[in-house]
Amino acid sequence: MSGLRELYQEVIIDHNKCPRNFCKLSGHSHYAEGLNPLCGDRISLYLDIQQDKIERVSFEGSGCAISTASASLMTEMLKGKDVEEAKKLFSVFHALLTGQEASDEGDDIGKLQVLAGVKEYPARVKCATLAWHALMDAMSGAETHG
Amino acid sequence: MLFDVEKIRQDFPILHQHVQGKPLVYFDNAATTQKPACVIEALQHYYACDNANVHRGVHTLSERSTKSYENALKTTQHFLGAGSEKEIIFTKGTTEGINLVAYCLAKNYLKEGDEILVSCLEHHANIVPWQLACEQTGCRLKVIPINDQGEILQEEYEKLLSSKTKVVAIAHVSNALGTINPIEKMIALAHQVGAICVIDGAQAVAHQKINVQTLDCDFYVFSGHKTLGPTGIGVLYGKYDLLKKMPPYQGGGDMIREVSFEKTTYNDLPYKFEAGTPPISAAIGLAVALHYLESIGLAAIAEYEQILLDYMLVQLAKMPEIKLIGQAKHRGAIVSFLYEGVHAHDVGSILDHEGVAIRNGHHCAMPLMKRLGVSATSRASLAFYNTQEEIDQFIRALKKVKEVFN
Repeated sequence: MSGLRELYQEVIIDHNKCPRNFCKLSGHSHYAEGLNPLCGDRISLYLDIQQDKIERVSFEGSGCAISTASASLMTEMLKGKDVEEAKKLFSVFHALLTGQEASDEGDDIGKLQVLAGVKEYPARVKCATLAWHALMDAMSGAETHG
Repeated sequence: MLFDVEKIRQDFPILHQHVQGKPLVYFDNAATTQKPACVIEALQHYYACDNANVHRGVHTLSERSTKSYENALKTTQHFLGAGSEKEIIFTKGTTEGINLVAYCLAKNYLKEGDEILVSCLEHHANIVPWQLACEQTGCRLKVIPINDQGEILQEEYEKLLSSKTKVVAIAHVSNALGTINPIEKMIALAHQVGAICVIDGAQAVAHQKINVQTLDCDFYVFSGHKTLGPTGIGVLYGKYDLLKKMPPYQGGGDMIREVSFEKTTYNDLPYKFEAGTPPISAAIGLAVALHYLESIGLAAIAEYEQILLDYMLVQLAKMPEIKLIGQAKHRGAIVSFLYEGVHAHDVGSILDHEGVAIRNGHHCAMPLMKRLGVSATSRASLAFYNTQEEIDQFIRALKKVKEVFN
């Protein structure tokens, strides 16, 4: 059970049960879909970016506890960040999950630390990064009003 | 009849290990089966003693290798009840077998306005090659619907059949739900309108006795690795007259009779479809696997697996949090299910932690998942070396899911 608790920490279970910012965002400026073709998990990510700052962010979709919690935590973390900060958060988070040394700038990834256990389950890393790849796609894409 | 599963388990070295500190329970047999020691030893023996290319040299090793390879063709022929070894083509697997048939039929048989029927239950490997054939020829793909239990609607099938139907491609056993389709009847109906019937036997061959002549199918395909054999080999059975009319699939060595820059003539069946060095060791390993299955007895295997399936279904029925997906009357030992409130991936990780290997996802059957209104299921698939005690461990592991997701 101990190993499983590393993977399924209370915060993850909580965010899976009650995902934050789980809705379609009206008036969003950026949008992307994340799809994991291996398992069929699908997520829609909405961003409202004004003057390079993420004012609002939300997501919809269906996925496992890891991908849902990761997306939910991501939306909490992103609000108020500028695009560069969001990209940096992505790379720090990615490094955490793939077992690479995080950069030594004292990056604070806050609550995202609860997902660190995923690195022991390589098959699940894609679940945890699904929303984040959608984030990168959305930010790099042209503005959309879909 | 006494089925000595403990004795059988001794033949499978991989089963005797612990995973995550628990005895391994391997319930992912629909993805691939485990290999008995005799198959592993045959591969080892081949490379240690007989390795040489086939149909090439006159030296001793080449003759040994060629003889073993040709014997593997004969073994496969007898295993399937085919009339001739010329009707047995070794491929890379089920997927390549279906692609071969679809490609060749698209080349000189299918034309615009023709129709290909597949069922809603199919694996992507029995959908996409036909879509490619449609793109090439302008023929149309039509889907035979299923009911909520996961059974093909036979009356709808009959309605779809017409003189336009040129190919009917269906799974013998559904990889996602375990449904055993009434293929003998479906083949006969397809033949009434003159259609060619292609059967995806990937989930059937290691679990029940197959006789392609009794079935009267035109093509039957399966994979070696789902049949206790090595990966990298599959079998395509085709009726001689059809194979003879079909153009080659790939060009290269072994498939030719004579090559010149002006004109090339092709080898006899089955070699016409085997360009390049074939999977020699895998064919030899597969033949040993087929002999092994016969020594246990396919009828005994089917009977024992049905007992395991019934036991598993009874145990799962006691768990209200489990919802079975697919409840066909006639089914093999494949059980797809949802765990209330928990995604299949999470179920899979928790079960792995308890030593239990199952598959979680869409099972390469996305149209079927869509029809059933689910994005992913958990799937436990059994083989004759599994036991009731393992099912008990599986059920205990499922109960852990609740503890984690309380």
